[in-house]
Parts: sequence; structure tokens; C-alpha cells
Amino acid sequence: MQKLLLLGDEAIAQAAIDAGMSGIYAYPGTPSTEITEYVQHSKEAREKNIKSTWSANEKTAAEGALGMSYAGKRTMVCMKHVGLNVAADPFVNSAVTGANGGIIYVAADDPSMHSSQNEQDSRFFGKFALIPILEPSDQQEAYDMVHYGFEISEKYKVPVMMRITTRLAHSRAGVVRKASRAQNELKLPEDLRQFVLLPAIARKRYKILLDNQIHFEKESEDNFNKYFDGKDKSLGIIACGIGYNYLMENYPDRNIPYPVLKLNQYPIPRKQVEKILAECDEVLVLEDGYPMVEENIKGFLSKGLKIKGRLDGSVPRDGELNPNIVAKALGMDVKIGKDIPALVAARPPSLCVGCPHIDSYAALTEALEVYGKGRVFSDIGCYTLGALKPYEAINSCVDMGASITMAKGAADAGLVPAVAVIGDSTFTHSGMTGLLDAVNDKSNITVVILDNATTGMTGGQDSSALGKIEFICKGLGVEEEHIRILKPLRNKHEENLKIFQEELAYNGVSVIIPRRECIVALNKKMRAKFAQKDKK
Amino acid sequence: MKKDIILAGVGGQGILSIAAIIGLAAVDAGLYLKQAEVHGMSQRGGDVQSHLRISDKEIASDLIPEGKADMIISVEPMESLRYLPMLSSEGWVITNTKPFINIPNYPAIEEVMAEINKISKHVIIDADKIAIDLGSSKSANMVILGAASLFLDIEFERLENAIRSLFRKKGDDVINKNIEALRIGRKHSEESL
Repeated sequence: MQKLLLLGDEAIAQAAIDAGMSGIYAYPGTPSTEITEYVQHSKEAREKNIKSTWSANEKTAAEGALGMSYAGKRTMVCMKHVGLNVAADPFVNSAVTGANGGIIYVAADDPSMHSSQNEQDSRFFGKFALIPILEPSDQQEAYDMVHYGFEISEKYKVPVMMRITTRLAHSRAGVVRKASRAQNELKLPEDLRQFVLLPAIARKRYKILLDNQIHFEKESEDNFNKYFDGKDKSLGIIACGIGYNYLMENYPDRNIPYPVLKLNQYPIPRKQVEKILAECDEVLVLEDGYPMVEENIKGFLSKGLKIKGRLDGSVPRDGELNPNIVAKALGMDVKIGKDIPALVAARPPSLCVGCPHIDSYAALTEALEVYGKGRVFSDIGCYTLGALKPYEAINSCVDMGASITMAKGAADAGLVPAVAVIGDSTFTHSGMTGLLDAVNDKSNITVVILDNATTGMTGGQDSSALGKIEFICKGLGVEEEHIRILKPLRNKHEENLKIFQEELAYNGVSVIIPRRECIVALNKKMRAKFAQKDKK
Repeated sequence: MKKDIILAGVGGQGILSIAAIIGLAAVDAGLYLKQAEVHGMSQRGGDVQSHLRISDKEIASDLIPEGKADMIISVEPMESLRYLPMLSSEGWVITNTKPFINIPNYPAIEEVMAEINKISKHVIIDADKIAIDLGSSKSANMVILGAASLFLDIEFERLENAIRSLFRKKGDDVINKNIEALRIGRKHSEESL
């Protein structure tokens, strides 16, 4: 079959297309974004009429996918790890309703927080929901697992989770495709009350989920998990996901003297774990993320088992794995290159030259001078970089939408005026409901919705908010005269400053919408335009 | 055959076009490849790197182990130094001389160059100037790739073909300029050794 050079994200997308998926649902979030983008740009997906429009947030995405599963079609939901917090309600409950058409949740974790506010491990969520979890070690396995994931999702009528981490998502390797499968026909669930989680029905559905655990465990023992024998039983190694690659990297001839359990599928396979514990003196657990397998095997009291990993310090407690960390855990010598010369300065990310947020912050910060520092609650997006020098314009970044609600709470406590700074896409993701709270309570807050007409930080995806913001605010009950739209430009600074001053002084909810297109998106558009002209 | 390459630069400088061309050439040569990229927040003017691994045997890790890189290819001089712990004692540094200054505390460029000169195996090249002289300012990355090509163990023709394939939608003029940039970079390395 055809071999393609694909990012892990792209391998997952191509597999879903080939496995007969009818729709993909997602909100952009690093490192998951490229899965959905790949489907959007795929000619094949277009020809097959696969639905791939961005959702407003991860919760609406998961629910859309669940509806597609209800209708009997195969579907995928993609999100970054913190997106799964947003989608937690449908995610956990869909384990109880079960699936009709196959449904795979892809959660892309970001250990070491390359582009995230925490490094939570989505495998805990999968275990919490009691569903099978697939954790590929490489791009080919990711591709193959999507096919398998849809199969077991339909076989057991259960949603399946695929958990990946940044290095798999954003690393490219050769992937061999399988034969393409047709999409499912529209087909209602056999039991039309399957998805009605009234307590009496939910109790029955939950029992089915519990009864299936033994089958899920059997699937784990028989499929992607592999046991490799080794002569030296002084140590056994359990290598989860891409941890397996870092282990292999340290044995160039691929001959590992110890027994190895390559763990890529959960629930944790009981037989294989019992075997490695029985035959080895010690067991080292290598996993990217939290010490989930380690904790599970060790238990609270350890019971005399010698388990090494993140909990005993053999592997650092935080951060992603890499070949050197694994080498050290194996007691190997690690020789690294020269030190970084002292003159090398840190180069943190920053707002682009010409970015509209710069002008918005200039006006906001100056308007706030009279009130004093420490009253600007912000959100998740490029504008979070406004926390850094030279701007130092914001005081919080917690989760999608938290700017507006935190500003409201702070205003309730007496910190007035309190300001929220949120992006257009983040506003429609999770800011609207918070604004409704503030309107209903007539809170003294000023909400700044930075409208750059795109989802910037993740690379410029369509924003659900496009052309709708002021109408949404009005609909939620913000007074029309306190919805102010301005153009953030340096030569408009004085008039913009005045608008900020007026609205900060207003005792009630006001919304300021600085509106100017993202400079990166604009440049891209101009380049495309000129390229088109050149051709003519 | 195994080459572990760190590609270094600043977000927005386009190190991934270098990776894409080496990648295409490597696949064309029937080699295995793994390439870890950086997406997301760091792309906004922060330091970025890509781990590119090519080999005639299957590759295990997506990340290059520290101290094992055969080469650092950098489109910015200070960034070439940031990854020295990754470089093996036998490794090469191939770097542009043109600084990208978007921070207030960028060190004096003479001191940066002095540090680069301390590395036993290095090639420095003013790729931006060469590209501008060529009338193709965007081809600086190809000049650097050309300079690095001497140490890649991939036939030069395959790199040229990869440029043809990557830029095929952009027309012959763009292709030819980029191939010329590649050749000038190559010649620079040959002459400076």
C-alpha cells in the first residue's frame, strides 16, 4: 500500500478517513489541531463529504460527535488535554450511553507544557470513564490503532480514547496505509432508549459498562501490548506509549537484556503485568505524563514490590521523557555536549510586529493608570503574551473563558473596575455564559474582546465568533451604548484611550471590541493574493 | 548511515522548509526518517528547533539524544549555540551570520561569532546577503542548506529534485533561484574547508 510521510496528528486523520469516518469534531488546541486541519485540507475527505467544520468548543464538539454516533456513523473528536476538561461532561456520560457508530476521542497531552497551562494526563480521564484507551508509540501504530479503535468501539458499543503526547503529534515519519473502508449507513440504535440517561436506564447502562471491563482487559492483553522476554531478570521494564522508543534508542542493536512489556492499550493488561512482576526483581515504569501505571501497580502500600519510576525519583516527577532521562533511569552513562555559552539569551515568544493586541494593550494600560495595577483578568490566546515584558498588561490566565467570570468575582469582592481581556474565538468558546452572569448581576466590569477575526495562537483557524460578537453581547443584554467597537492602531491611540477611559468609568457591564485582523493572517492573505496576480 | 540534525532558528524564520527538503530527499533515497517539529506558542518569535533524524535503519526515538547530534543547522547565529549540549564532540555547526534581534538583551554579535569560532567544526555563512545578491531574499534558508549539504551524505541531485518538488506550484523562476542558492551555499562550504 501507499506510504506517506505524516505527522502523528496527520496519521490519525488519514486513518480516520480510510476507516470510514463520516465527521470529525474539534476546537483547535496544540498539539491536536493538525488532525482536523488535515481532514479539512484532504481532497479525499471532501469527495467523501466528511464533515469537518470547527466547533465552538470541545464540549459542543463531543456532543456533535455523539449525535453522529447515535445515527450509526463513525466519528472522531479531537482536543488538547485541557480541552477534555471542557468536554468532560459528554465524555464521561457517553461511556454510560455507549456508542452506536464508532466514536474515538483523541486527547493530545502536552507534558513539559510546550504550549499549555498544565501537563495533566488524559489517561486518568479514560480510566475514570471506564473506557478502552489506546496510546500509540509511533505514527504507524497511531494509524493502525484508529482502525482498531473504531472496530472495538462498534463491537462493544463503547467510546474509545486515543491518548497521544506532543512528540508523537508533531513528529513526522513514514506511514503505510490500509485499504479504504466505506462509511456506515444511517442506522438508529437498536434500543431507542440507549441514550436516555434517566436514572433507571443509566443504572442498567452503567452495569453494562462495568460488565464489559473484563472484555476490555482481554482486548488489552491480545492486541497492541507486547511482552518481550529477556534473559536478565534483575530488571523488568514497562514502557508506555512513546516511552518505548526512548528505551529502544538506548539499545542501538535493539537487544535489551531485560524482559520488556510494551504497553499501548488500557485497561492495564493484568496477565502481562503479573508476569513481569513475578519474574523480575525490580520493575522500571517509563511513561510520558503522570505516573499512572506506576501508581496503579504499586498501590498505596507498595506491598514489598520494587517499582521504579517517577514516584521513587528514578525518572523526574514532571516533564516529558526523552532518551537521556531513560538512559539515566537504566543506570547508563550519559555524555552530553558542550554547555550553552553564558551569553546566549532567552528568547521567549512575543506578540508579532504589527499585532493589533499591542495597540489594544497600549490604550488599556494607559487608561488603567489612574486605578492602579493588578485588575486585568485575561485568557488563553496570543494575547496571553501581554503578561510578559514590555507589556505586563494582564494578571491572570487560567482556562478558556475565565477572564470574564474572574473579573466578575473580583468586582463582586470590591475590586472595581475589574477588566477582562479575551479573544474573539475564546469568547464564543466559553466567554458568553460568563458575560450573561455579569449582565444578570449588573457587575462593574469592562470586557475587552480582542477581535482579530481568527484563532491566532494555533495557526489561524476560522473563528466561530466571526461577524457576531457585538450581536451576541447585545443579545445577552449588554446595553447598546456600552458596546464600543474601535480599531486598534497607533495613530488612533488618543481616541481609543478615551473610549477605554469612558467605559472603565461606567458602573456596569461594558464591552469594548478592538477589531483589526491578525497580522499573520493578513500577511498570508496578501501573499496569496499577489501570488494569484503573478500567475495572471 | 545515520544523520541526526538539529535545525535551529526563531519562530517564523522557516526552518521547516529546510526540514521538508532534506526529508523529501531522504525518502527519495529510501532512508528512514523522523522529524519532530515545534508548533504552537513558541512559533510567535520564540526560539524554535526541529529534530531531524535520517538513517538506513529504523529509527526509535523522535528526539535526538543529548550529545549525539551530528550537526546543528541554524538560520540564526545565537540560536546555533543554544543547542550545543545536543551536539556530539565530532559534530558540525553550520550557521547563518545574520542575527535576528527581537529581544532587548541580544549579545554583541562579535561575541556570538567568537563563541561559534570556538567550536572545532563549523561553517559560517552570510546567507541573507547571498540571497539578496541573488535577487531572492527568501532563499537564505536554501543557502544554509547548501552549506550543510556537504555533510549530509545525501546525493546533491536529490536535494535539487526535492526543491523542484516542494516549490513546483511556485513556478520555474522560484525553483531556479532556490537551486542556485543551494549551489552557492554548497560551494561556500567546499571552499571554506
